[in-house]
Order: sequence, then C-alpha cells, then structure tokens
Amino acid sequence: MFSDLGKYLSDAGTRADIGTDLVDHIYLSLLPLVFGVVVAVPLGWVAHRFGRARGALLGVMNIVYTVPSIALFVIIPVLIGSQILSPVNVIVALTIYTTALLVRPITDALDAVPAHVIAAATAMGFRQWRRFLAVELPLSIPVLAAGMRVGSVSNISLVSVGALIGTGGLGGLFTDGFSRRYLPPIIVGITLTLVLALVVDLLLVALRRALTPWTRVQGVAVQ
Amino acid sequence: MIFADMVTWLTDPSHWTGPGGVPARVAEHLLYCVLAVLAAGLVGVPLGMFVGHTGRGSVLLVGASNVLRALPTLGLVSILYLIAGGGTVPVLLGLVVLAIPPILAGTYAGLQDVDRSVVDAAKGMGMTGRQLLWRVELPNSMPLLMGGVRSSMLQVVATAGVAAFVGLGGLGRPLLDGLRVLDYGQVVSGAVLIALLAVLLDLVLAGAQKLVVPRGLRLIAGTAGRRRTQRRVEEPVQELVTTGGQQETGGTRA
Repeated sequence: MFSDLGKYLSDAGTRADIGTDLVDHIYLSLLPLVFGVVVAVPLGWVAHRFGRARGALLGVMNIVYTVPSIALFVIIPVLIGSQILSPVNVIVALTIYTTALLVRPITDALDAVPAHVIAAATAMGFRQWRRFLAVELPLSIPVLAAGMRVGSVSNISLVSVGALIGTGGLGGLFTDGFSRRYLPPIIVGITLTLVLALVVDLLLVALRRALTPWTRVQGVAVQ
Repeated sequence: MIFADMVTWLTDPSHWTGPGGVPARVAEHLLYCVLAVLAAGLVGVPLGMFVGHTGRGSVLLVGASNVLRALPTLGLVSILYLIAGGGTVPVLLGLVVLAIPPILAGTYAGLQDVDRSVVDAAKGMGMTGRQLLWRVELPNSMPLLMGGVRSSMLQVVATAGVAAFVGLGGLGRPLLDGLRVLDYGQVVSGAVLIALLAVLLDLVLAGAQKLVVPRGLRLIAGTAGRRRTQRRVEEPVQELVTTGGQQETGGTRA
C-alpha cells in the first residue's frame, strides 16, 4: 500500500494536479465562510433587535441546516438559475450552511452583552451604529470565532461532496480513485482534507486571540 | 427549465412503482438511516455516559469527534468500499461510524451540563454512583442527548445519499443516476425528496425529544435556557455545546 502511494506521488504531473485540487478546495470552503459571516452578522443583529423576526428567522435557519448538501448543491440552480454543474452552486450552498450555523450564536452573543456596558458606551457618546461596530460586535467575537471553527471544519469536509457534480476540490481525488479502483488518491485526499481542516482551525484560534486581547489581560473570557 | 422537468418527473406514475420507484427508494433510505442511528446509539450512549459520569477520556473523545467531523464522507465511503472489495455492508458500517460522534458528544455534553448542585444534592441524599447516573444524570441530559441523536440522523440521511455513488440504494440513486444521463428533472426530484425526508425525520425526532425530556426539566426550560445561553457565551471555547439550536452538540454535516 505504501509503495503504491509512493509511486502515485512520484509523478510530478499528479503532484501538480493535487496542488490545483488543494487550491480549489481552499477557496471553495473558505470563501463561503467569509460570505457566511458577512450575511450572518446583520441577520443576527435583526434577530437580536426585533423580537418578532427572531422566531421565524431562527426557525428558517434550522430547517435550512437540515437539508443535506448533495441535495442543496443541485437545488441551488433551480433557485438562482445557475448551471447545474457550476462551482457557484457549491459556494452558495456552503454560504447558506455557514449562515444558518452562525445566526443563532451571534444572536445569543448580542443578547448577552451586559446592559451596563451598552449604557456606558451610550453615555460616552456612541451612537447606535458605532456602538454596534465598536462595542457589541467585538464582544461577540469569541462566540463568532467558535461558530466559525465549526463552520470551517464542516465546509472543508463538505466541499468534496461537490465532486459528484463536478466541483469538489480534493473530492475529485475520491471519484478518481473510486472509478479506477485505486486507493492512493483517496488516501491522499482524506489526509489533505484533515490537515487543511486542522491548519484552518489553528489559524482561526490565532485570529480570535489577536482580535480579543482583553480576554487574556483578565485571564477570563469577557461576557 | 429545471423546475418544470422536476414536476414532470415527479408526476410520472411510472416513477412511483417497482423496485426503483420513489416509495421503494424512500423505504431503503429510511431503513439504512434507522439501522445506522440505532447501532450508533448502542455504542455512543453507553460510551458517552461512561465518559460523562467518570470524566475519564474526555480529551480523547473531543479530539476524536473533531477529527471525525472533518472526515470527508465521500472519501470514507469510497475507501471502505474499495478495501472491503464491494458490497453494502462496509458502506453501512461507514454510516454507523459517522453517526456515532454526534450521539457520543451529545450524551457526554448532556451529562457535563447537569447542574452541579443537582448532582451534589443527589449525593447528599445518599444515592450511589449507579443511582446518580440512571436517575439523575441521564434524565437531566436528555435534551442534549436527543440533540445529538437528531444531528446524527441528519448526518446519516445526507451520507446515505452520497453513498449512492458507491452503489448504495436509497434516494441518492435517482439523483446520481440522473446526473449520469443529464436528466436534471430526475436529479432535482431526488434532491427535493432527500431534503424533505431530512426535514421530516428531524421533525419526528424533535417530537420524540419533547416526549423523553422529563417534565420537571420542561417546566424550568425558560430559566434554564437563559442560563445556558449565558454560560455558552462565557465559555465560547467549549466546542461541544457552542453551536446553537439543534446543532448544539456540534454535530457533523454532510
């Protein structure tokens, strides 16, 4: 098995192809993570701010999150009119999952900002929007980062399902290996997926630490 | 127009009969899912109870369930199929493997989440370890445990669809077969049926969740919910319970 693996990886062309798949995999999984945050923060704000929208919004997010990826990948074209084999479907579908995953924690985090902190910020002259961006949102970063860690691992694992509709990053190695009854590409694909998930997770932890210096000064997480 | 093709496919009576018909595919899909989740429950619940009650092996458990969450399902079913040299059984085993972590994590998180003062009170009343586990910790962990079962079911419904790629029956069949012959009406019909099945199964389990959660817990649900929210915000790094809603146990997605 290991000699097979060595033989498979010894070919420079194969290595270049794997590199391309890896790069595809990275943008297919991480773009939706960024888009998901951009969509989920305003939605979380709406759910936090308007009690009436809250139940409906969180309910819809829960239902959306139950739809399996293979199904969503091919339903997206019906909804937005894209080609059924287009990479856009994977990116849109994963953005939807990331959003569905993040809205509830963001809402909870915004709810949990203590009233006295908001009162203090208001008293210092912060208007609503600046207060949200400079006080409430930063205080929600730990929760947002925790949600993003789950979302990034989930996206990285899901991209490969896209190989079934022709856009799967490293997932292409699985369909390739399966159709040739050949294990090395599958082993390489699984290994690289796990390593990528780990590296992105560590980067997100580092990013959270960099963005929330106050949690370390006090030695405890700020509410 | 794909939507019109879908309606045409779904309203064709010939697609609703025989071994490849919609009812037969739904039955196959359901059978795989229920079997896999039951098997996973038999492994995951006792293991989760052990780890949650004794506190032993929790680091290993969190690590292992994180790794499994990152495991690409398509790669897993392909490699199991090739190593075993074909057949349905290895693929079903793969489903069980993927169904275990959410149940395990849910059970463990449920036991961890039991109010310490409740555990202390039970000990103070003279309960033995076994009584504490079965009569206090387990009933109190039902909400999170059932959350884990729901995540697990969703994971399996999705993965069973993907596993049609290596020859498993179920609703992934019409979807993938349709892709092969570029019959997009069939593809989207399969997808919509999978999505409906997932949503309905989750509703059924949500109902079951209401039934098995002890009445006392439901009565204090309002205050408990607020308390848990607050704590979740204070301890954002506690991976197992940070993801909100029914994904509370950090279940995998597929």
